[in-house]
Amino acid sequence: MTFARRALVVAWKDLLVERRSKETLNALLFFSLLLLFVFQFALGPDRERLAGVLPGVLWLGFILSALLALGRTFLIEREHDCWEGLLLAPGDKSAIYLGKLGANLLLMTVVETLVLALFVVFFDIDLGRAFPGLVLVVALGTVGLGAVGTLFAAMTAHIRAREVLFPVLLLPVQIPVLLATVKATEALLLGEPLGAAAHWVKLLAAADVVYVAVALLTFDVVLEG
Amino acid sequence: MTSEPLIRLCDVRKDFGPQIVLAGVSLEVRSGEAVALLGGNGAGKTTLLKIVATVMRPTAGQVRVAGRDAVRDAEAVRGQLGFVGHGAWVYDDLTAAENLRFWTALAGRPASEAEVGVALAAVELDRVSRARVRTFSAGMKRRLSLARLTLFSPAVLLLDEPFAGLDQRAKKWFEGHLEAFKDRGGALLMVTHSFDRELGVADRITILAGGRIALDTPRAGLDPDDLQRLYAAHAEDGA
Repeated sequence: MTFARRALVVAWKDLLVERRSKETLNALLFFSLLLLFVFQFALGPDRERLAGVLPGVLWLGFILSALLALGRTFLIEREHDCWEGLLLAPGDKSAIYLGKLGANLLLMTVVETLVLALFVVFFDIDLGRAFPGLVLVVALGTVGLGAVGTLFAAMTAHIRAREVLFPVLLLPVQIPVLLATVKATEALLLGEPLGAAAHWVKLLAAADVVYVAVALLTFDVVLEG
Repeated sequence: MTSEPLIRLCDVRKDFGPQIVLAGVSLEVRSGEAVALLGGNGAGKTTLLKIVATVMRPTAGQVRVAGRDAVRDAEAVRGQLGFVGHGAWVYDDLTAAENLRFWTALAGRPASEAEVGVALAAVELDRVSRARVRTFSAGMKRRLSLARLTLFSPAVLLLDEPFAGLDQRAKKWFEGHLEAFKDRGGALLMVTHSFDRELGVADRITILAGGRIALDTPRAGLDPDDLQRLYAAHAEDGA
């Protein structure tokens, strides 16, 4: 069986479990909605004040919901010792990582799409020309978050203080992604063309390549423990 | 010329910090042979089984499975192993059939509908094949994990209390399955706490105590009373 098919099998399993249990999706949707309400009340209707903080607010919503989703990635494998099964399955273990990452990216995309839609409604924003560029920035940022988050979720799955340790480990490594996504989003929301944020987009793409490559190369060691 | 044992442990040690769990264990299991590993709680039985299964690395010593080094060549060894530990390796929100399909597909040998049906019928779960495992009892989950074994053809079976939680019919079926496995030339290492019919499948009884093998003897000719006596003399005194 090919590497890609094994990855698809893992992604299929995770998505099927999530579709039936809806544990992560429900938690994320309510959490995101609550976050938007809080931001709306805190920031008020002042347009000038809003324009300066909106990129940060949007990405804070994405990151906090991603932390919630990614941190749970490997908890399902701890039930009934399924982790052992993954470890003992013959074949390249990085296919398991890729499958997990794929499922996480799909889940994060669903939540981000909804958060973005609510964000537009709550803050009365006209995305207009910024939309295609914003989709690219969000997609690249999501891959960067998901790549490291999935790896660190595996690293911290067996640690008792994982809820604390997971964001503490993840966020410093995510600084290039956070910086690039917020800056690129800011430029796009101010009506600048994507070209004006090209250097941030390139940084994002480079970070994604590095993160995914490092995770694929090291996941075997992480799974072995 | 005798062939190499399918499982060979040479002076295996395992420490968890200052705690010595295995203090030099040597053991061989040959093709067509079943060894029952007995011992008190904390004797190191499960640790030993996990080391052979490549889930855990020994602190020192050599472990060879099917002619390969289980530490340096773990990936190749894993292809030869069937393992049932304490966990059932099941996902509660998948159905019984989906669980079996997942594990076989992940191992690169996807089972057909018919094969999954036969495996589930063997453990009498065919009527609930489309039910979510969340609704299963602990015994049914155990049976499902044993059904998984039937879909592979490993050379070595490693079982940690495989009869625990099974009803009498399931125990009888599983005994038959293990006898057939031995007849095909497989090697079986089984951890158990029971002195009852489960030991019937074993050719040798090995008692672990104090991190060492306290007794390694053929089972033939030993009745349950003899086993109780031997266990009391070796496991409880050595613990």
